[in-house]
Amino acid sequence: MAQADLVDSPSPDPGASVPRDNRVWRKFRSHRSAMAGAFLVGFFVIVALAAPLLPIPDPAATDWGAVRKAPSWAHWMGTDEIGRDVMSRMIWGAQASLLAGVVSVGIAIGLGVPLGLVAGYFGGWIDAIVSRCTEAVLAAPFLILAIALAAFLGPSLTNAMIAIGISATPIFIRLTRGQVMNVAAEDYIEAARSIGTPTHRILGRYILPNALPPILVQATLTVATAIIAEASLSFLGLGQQPPAPSWGSMLNTAKNFLNQAPWMAMWPGVSIFLVVLGFNLLGDGLRDALDPRET
Amino acid sequence: MDYLKRTTICAVASAIALTAGAQAALSKDLRIALQSDADVLDPDQSRTFVGRIVYASLCDKLVDITPDLEIIPQLATSWETASDGMSVTFQLREGVIFHDGTPFNAEAVAANIERSQTLDESRRKSELKSITSTEVLGDYEIKMNLGGADATLLAQLADRAGMMMSPTAAAEAGADFGLNPVCSGPFSFTERVAQDKIVLTRFADYWNADEIAFDSVTFLPIPDTTVRLANLQSGDIDMLERLAATDLAQAEADADLVVQSAVSLGYQGITFNISNGARGDNPWGNDKRLRQALSHAIDREALNQVVFEGAFAPGNQAFPPTSPWYNQSLPVPPRDIEKAKTLLAEAGFPDGLELEVQVPNSTEPLAVMQVVQAMAAEAGIQIKLTSKEFATLLSDQSAGDYTASQIGWSGRVDPDGNNHQFATTDGGINDSKFSDPKMDEVLNTARVAPGIDERKALYDEATAIMLDELNRLFLYHVTWIWAHSAKLQGFTPYPDGMIRLEGVTWEE
Amino acid sequence: MLRFLLRRIFIAIPTIILISVFVFSLQQLLPGDPLLVLAGEERDPEVLEALREKYRLNDPIPMQYFAWASNALQGDLGTSLRTNQPVTELILEKLPVTLQLAIMSMIFAMLIGIPAGILSAAKKGTLVDYTANVVALSGLSVPNFWLGIMLILLVSVKWQLLPASGYTPPAEDFWQSIRTMLMPAFVLGTALAATLMRHTRSAMLSVLSTDYIRTARAKGLRERNVIMVHAFRNALTPIVTLTALLFGELVAGAVLTEQIFTIPGFGKLVVDAVFNRDYAVVQGIVLVTAIGFIFMNLIADALYYILNPRLKVA
Repeated sequence: MAQADLVDSPSPDPGASVPRDNRVWRKFRSHRSAMAGAFLVGFFVIVALAAPLLPIPDPAATDWGAVRKAPSWAHWMGTDEIGRDVMSRMIWGAQASLLAGVVSVGIAIGLGVPLGLVAGYFGGWIDAIVSRCTEAVLAAPFLILAIALAAFLGPSLTNAMIAIGISATPIFIRLTRGQVMNVAAEDYIEAARSIGTPTHRILGRYILPNALPPILVQATLTVATAIIAEASLSFLGLGQQPPAPSWGSMLNTAKNFLNQAPWMAMWPGVSIFLVVLGFNLLGDGLRDALDPRET
Repeated sequence: MDYLKRTTICAVASAIALTAGAQAALSKDLRIALQSDADVLDPDQSRTFVGRIVYASLCDKLVDITPDLEIIPQLATSWETASDGMSVTFQLREGVIFHDGTPFNAEAVAANIERSQTLDESRRKSELKSITSTEVLGDYEIKMNLGGADATLLAQLADRAGMMMSPTAAAEAGADFGLNPVCSGPFSFTERVAQDKIVLTRFADYWNADEIAFDSVTFLPIPDTTVRLANLQSGDIDMLERLAATDLAQAEADADLVVQSAVSLGYQGITFNISNGARGDNPWGNDKRLRQALSHAIDREALNQVVFEGAFAPGNQAFPPTSPWYNQSLPVPPRDIEKAKTLLAEAGFPDGLELEVQVPNSTEPLAVMQVVQAMAAEAGIQIKLTSKEFATLLSDQSAGDYTASQIGWSGRVDPDGNNHQFATTDGGINDSKFSDPKMDEVLNTARVAPGIDERKALYDEATAIMLDELNRLFLYHVTWIWAHSAKLQGFTPYPDGMIRLEGVTWEE
Repeated sequence: MLRFLLRRIFIAIPTIILISVFVFSLQQLLPGDPLLVLAGEERDPEVLEALREKYRLNDPIPMQYFAWASNALQGDLGTSLRTNQPVTELILEKLPVTLQLAIMSMIFAMLIGIPAGILSAAKKGTLVDYTANVVALSGLSVPNFWLGIMLILLVSVKWQLLPASGYTPPAEDFWQSIRTMLMPAFVLGTALAATLMRHTRSAMLSVLSTDYIRTARAKGLRERNVIMVHAFRNALTPIVTLTALLFGELVAGAVLTEQIFTIPGFGKLVVDAVFNRDYAVVQGIVLVTAIGFIFMNLIADALYYILNPRLKVA
């Protein structure tokens, strides 16, 4: 998997809430690579959001006469195999890629965090079942799982996102569970329990917010993985379907024209690289900023 | 060492080296790259195109074809159809043995026909349906009794149904014959590594061994077209099949390569759901004017140019324009947007309407349909593409869960093979569930008609009906393109896409 | 130690059963009748029925599962619907190929990643550290299928240095074998090198801040000695255990790499099998891979325990 690595679980610091935020932000801002990451991510997000407003040609507009033309003033990034403007498809494709990354992780968190919370806090047979299931899903190679799920659901961007989201869920289950188990052992939780605080209050007010930081870091890193996974699925024909553009499917078509039109493969590849790098740097920076051990 | 001795030693050494070199030049292992991996190597069970390419070197058949689609002898030297058309008697070639030493004779042929008809997994049953029984009249004479006149029989025997397998091996292996096939072709089976290679070695006792110049043939499945060509250019392979049309320019510019092509026997087009299940009840299935409108809205020449660099053949019938069965009075029409709009208006859709087409999710069909989509839009037809994996697409099409489907057919030597199963009411692959009694009559008669002229007239009639009804809208015909090293001489392109190695040599 | 291992194996059993059920049901849910694809263009209904009987596809699903599971326990993973080859045979054929790719990738990863990690830790906070980190992250961020395509274009098509595809077993021709695997191993290895580098760095950093190292430095040992001899040896533990775990990631990463470089290994086999609806093959491979992954985890835990007996592994 193309993410930096699974996150360590440092012990949270319940007493230092207000000063810590400032400290975190200051650390983050001084971390040069994290800022670079934020800049890259920000750039692509803006481009993706601005797509409908920019003065670019319709990404589906074909032009028989301009098939596979090299980059020129008329087409800054060249044209593809049926004459569509590559730059326009790149910009619209950014929407697909970013959406894929964020929504997949959203699904993974939406499914994984509650399960991990429950498994970590209540333990016992709930934990046993959830843990065994998690291990089972984790043991299957991630991409193969995503491919099988996407094939089952049918090739489309939405289904690819669901497939990736489900495949990434175990990571969040395990992470949340570990975090929750750490936090739940703290004295103040015991104290809250003893004065009769209802369980859902304990979970929502005390445990979740303290378990959150590593989840956030992992989320950022998993977005990077998800973007590559979507590109991989599209590359195999299982993600975003033409004529709607996606960087992965553009690469899939481009590989047939490497000699005649190398620019078709270059731009999507570079973009995937940059946006994934951005998320990885960002995630790295977040981890360093949130880690109370490193000064 | 004195001068004379040194010279003698040098001379002798060079002589040895030269003869060794000459010996080496005589032996050549041919490496051919295929687009995909063959499936099970059992002619009775096999169902892939590339499998047939392997068989061309592995298994001889009763009869073969010429590039002009005439039937010529291979394992059968001559044949005679009875005057009532109810039986065919074959004279078989003598002195032929299978790779395991079993002699080839009429008994072997009878055993093969029986296996093709009775083996549970045999895919050849429908092809040999007309044979009711076989009679061994002599060691090399066999008579096949037919249930009814069948003009397509010889063409079937020129393909997998006519491939002769060793009865000893078949009896021993049963359905697992494909793991170690034993036939009587120019090369015998040596080894196979799934998705890696299939290796065949020269069979010294082949009846036509003089025509075979290679020690072995290795088939390598390499799905990626760029990688295939790269391998050819670097010399890692000697020949490849299905060069991508878009790679033509590059291959032709390479002085070390030769490119050859032949228009295939099949077609690619759009099949409509006329009355297959509930979804058959839609405007496109109910009114042929809409289908005709779509056909008029498409510029087939431009389609061929944009997607295939002009290398394939635009088409409007089940046979390519180069085929002897093509109806010359109905040529490929030019684009006519006005006609399309008029037809749409007549049918009650002056502002156009939507059409959902399911497409296999691979590069070529998608490119073709996106171009068609753009063309149809100008006439007011909004095509919505649903791309599916091929397995799902076939399933849905068969079940009637579609409106229109981009699908093709690999083609058969006999014209019946391109039509009967699709256009007759009980046709096995009639996924449109198209039914026209006139069409049934014409195609059923054409199947058994005795002479070529009668058959041609009947197929012309059938084509005219097809172009009116358009349950199958034909778009283009694939052209098989081979690229090989310039050192390979004597290769002849065949419209069935097969690589026949008789007469092919390697000149260093 | 033995108790610990046995306990882990015991826990792994329900997981493996779950995996098998999970994999089996996934395949059954795939739309598209595999027999339609496999019945050939003519789709003879007689043949379809015969095939369905032969592969017992008419039986209710739980029955099919038990039949498959009991066969699997005896080593029979079924037959490929496509080529009639037994799945066990297919797997044994492909395993060495993917293993060779994995080993060569690991070598690349270790050659690049470990020295980079050590250097980075030694020069923490400097430009070297920063650059190494960015380069490592870049290695992770490049989509490996794109890198593969670009490499083929440059190295095979333009410069014609290495073959673009294919595989030769090392027993047949050792150097050709290496040549065909060089590019794919490089592609996979660079992604792993990044992870390895970062872990090496963090393991080294942990060790470097210990009293043990401070003592070594106070004793006046040369810095290079400190790093390589003392620190690295102790950092080896997490590095080794990570290496064992990375094998799992390698198999996953191999999927696309094998597709692009046409290497007849596990990854290519399973992708093709999904597309061909070749149930038995997909089930067999995922099962084997999953068991392998669990096995690797076990080894990693055992290694960790052995190398660091002070630590109690929960």
